[in-house]
Amino acid sequence: MATIQLTINGKACEAPKGSTILKAAQANGIRIPTLCYLDKVHQFGACRICVVEVEGARNLQASCMVEAQDGMVIHTNSKRVRDARKVLYQLLLSDHNQDCLACSRNQDCELQALGRELGVTENRFAGEKNEVGIDACVSFTRDLSKCILCRRCVSVCNRIQETGILNAQNRGFATVISPAENLPIGTVACAMCGQCTVVCPVGALKETSHQERVWDALNDPNKRVIVQPAPAVRVGIGECFGLPAGTSQTGRLAAALRRLGFDDVFDTNWAADLTIMEEGTEFLGRVKSALTGGDAVLPMFTSCSPGWIKFCEHHFPTELDHLSSCKSPHMMFGAVLKSYYAKKLGKKPEDIYVVSVMPCTAKKLEIARPEMTNDGVPNVDAVLTVRELGDMIKSAGIDFLNLPEEQFDAPLGMSTGAADIFGLTGGVMEAALRTVYEIITGRELPFPDLHVTPIVGLKQVKEATIKLENVRPEWSILEGFEVRIAVTSGLAGARKLMEQVEKGESPYHFIEVMGCPGGCITGGGQPRTADIEVTRQKRMEALYKEDEGKKLRKSHENPELLAFYKEWGEPCGHASHEYLHTHYVPRGVYNELTDETFVIEA
Amino acid sequence: MSEYKEECRCCERSSEDQAKYDQIAQVIDTYRDKEGCLIMVLHAAQQIYGYLPLELQRFIADQLGLPLSEVYGVVSFYSFFSTTERGAHTLRVCLGTACYVRGGKKLVEALEEKLQVKVGGTTADKRFTFEIARCIGACGLAPALMIDDDVFKQVSPAKLDGLLAQY
Repeated sequence: MATIQLTINGKACEAPKGSTILKAAQANGIRIPTLCYLDKVHQFGACRICVVEVEGARNLQASCMVEAQDGMVIHTNSKRVRDARKVLYQLLLSDHNQDCLACSRNQDCELQALGRELGVTENRFAGEKNEVGIDACVSFTRDLSKCILCRRCVSVCNRIQETGILNAQNRGFATVISPAENLPIGTVACAMCGQCTVVCPVGALKETSHQERVWDALNDPNKRVIVQPAPAVRVGIGECFGLPAGTSQTGRLAAALRRLGFDDVFDTNWAADLTIMEEGTEFLGRVKSALTGGDAVLPMFTSCSPGWIKFCEHHFPTELDHLSSCKSPHMMFGAVLKSYYAKKLGKKPEDIYVVSVMPCTAKKLEIARPEMTNDGVPNVDAVLTVRELGDMIKSAGIDFLNLPEEQFDAPLGMSTGAADIFGLTGGVMEAALRTVYEIITGRELPFPDLHVTPIVGLKQVKEATIKLENVRPEWSILEGFEVRIAVTSGLAGARKLMEQVEKGESPYHFIEVMGCPGGCITGGGQPRTADIEVTRQKRMEALYKEDEGKKLRKSHENPELLAFYKEWGEPCGHASHEYLHTHYVPRGVYNELTDETFVIEA
Repeated sequence: MSEYKEECRCCERSSEDQAKYDQIAQVIDTYRDKEGCLIMVLHAAQQIYGYLPLELQRFIADQLGLPLSEVYGVVSFYSFFSTTERGAHTLRVCLGTACYVRGGKKLVEALEEKLQVKVGGTTADKRFTFEIARCIGACGLAPALMIDDDVFKQVSPAKLDGLLAQY
């Protein structure tokens, strides 16, 4: 690799050619403070906090934007630089809501930490303040009085997810980051993926909190409060307590939930196995119908990701038949808990309170959908993000890192390895194939360690073809059938695959979509991170390890699930259709096809 | 995708509007795929339609395959784009330093009275949209005002009726 020589703070340095001054300094152990810059996500030069002095240049240079040149002499800590940074910071403060002690990002705020780092000790400018308010939807809350216009959210919303909901509106002092016409976020085509809440450096974008309602339920002696964490939660929660990315904390997670006072500590994983039985059966039904001249719609898309679902309802309202009718795993679980399990307990559905811990903000939207009710009660009552659960554990005085490793409760806490990988891109498809292939052929899925190699990894669109040969007699219709599958994560990839369907050009039968890049391991409800790519890789490896560490790795082998079906009936049978499946709502790009909105009045 | 939505809206448009939309669609076809084409399209659309209502911004967003938030962001950034209906003519009183001290402020007050409209507004008969300008570079002619592209020099309140009558 070509390198350049330069001098930073009097020290002779070497850096790869093409690196920015910021990267060159980092490579030589010199830290330059930044604010808007976020590695691999946002490089924009909006805040100018990272300015440095370059000898020979008239103005200070934004080190995150300017390429380091051979022979450059740079000062990152001169008086001129330090003074400039302080003034820039103080100007930002002059229009920032400084109600820091009562902000949920208190002591977890990049702006706050930066002030300390820069040595700012006075509030110099008492200027005009923008008259902006709070815009809350069921998933997340925007407090524009705290926005510092760094535009990280604009980058993830436009460049990474390609949803284009948030952009800068107006000009100069009046600039706000908002949907078009400053419409409330709950009224526009936002998928509520929450990727913006992961990158926001301050308290401007955050999940709409469900902590209070969960505390209230836990304190209500008349409620049976049941909790279920999603697969990807176990590889994210440790980061809330300072553990490195990719540290699995399954046992301590169960222990912490028990100590918070939940009456039953179950596992969404159980319902992931349930989902495979339902979705696999639905898929086989569709294929069978298509091969026998029926009118089944293919390809079928997975429906576990509520952000993807809402995106699809807005952008592809005429293609909703392609979505599996399965509710997502935690919704199925809620429906089972308030019917099947309630009966076992001898309780009424309304006396059961279901809390899901999710790596997701769109799940908060999902539980607010009117379709997600049975017997007059919502399937799930509250959704906590991983970040919120971390806060609750701390707030309850639980010493997470010194907890013993415990198990989830029986009978709905057991899961197979197939369920663990629901939390990462390619996982739902792999889990489905492990079961579907074996049902049809009677043999195990022919891949090393059961991993469908072509759909493992973080590529935007992955595909594979699985040929069905020597099938069981009852599936003779599928002899020689080649199942063509595709997997994508992130809404940009999802759009591409659905556009193929729209044009009638999709070559696939079965498509897995997760709304966030990488899947739930880096969902909108996961802990924030300074290096998203490393974090994603580590959490992915950790989930695969969870899967590989299980004795049972195929959903249809889960004994607790099989016992359940004995009482419940067939997968996709009558009870399933009533409780575990759903339908979708055409919405349109401008929400013009429905009156439904998801605004919360302040 | 865009067809699906546009079908619903087309039938609500008057034939006069539809002709304008067709003309704008032609402009879009000319500029499509050129980098930075949005501003040119918006500029032409405002010339054709007179202003840029949200409905028209949606049409442009759909045609160019851009999110509405981006289109609206550009429209709300530049003060020359208007989202409300404009008069047949735009009248701008210069309030640069020279014009201001030589009586520009008095012209504004007189015009507000005569046109019965505040700065930024459009007269009830849709003849004039009344704005102010920050120095039009004609300080030697102060106080100056512009009606569309015509500059008028050393204007006094007494001369206003005569000027307005020309439009």
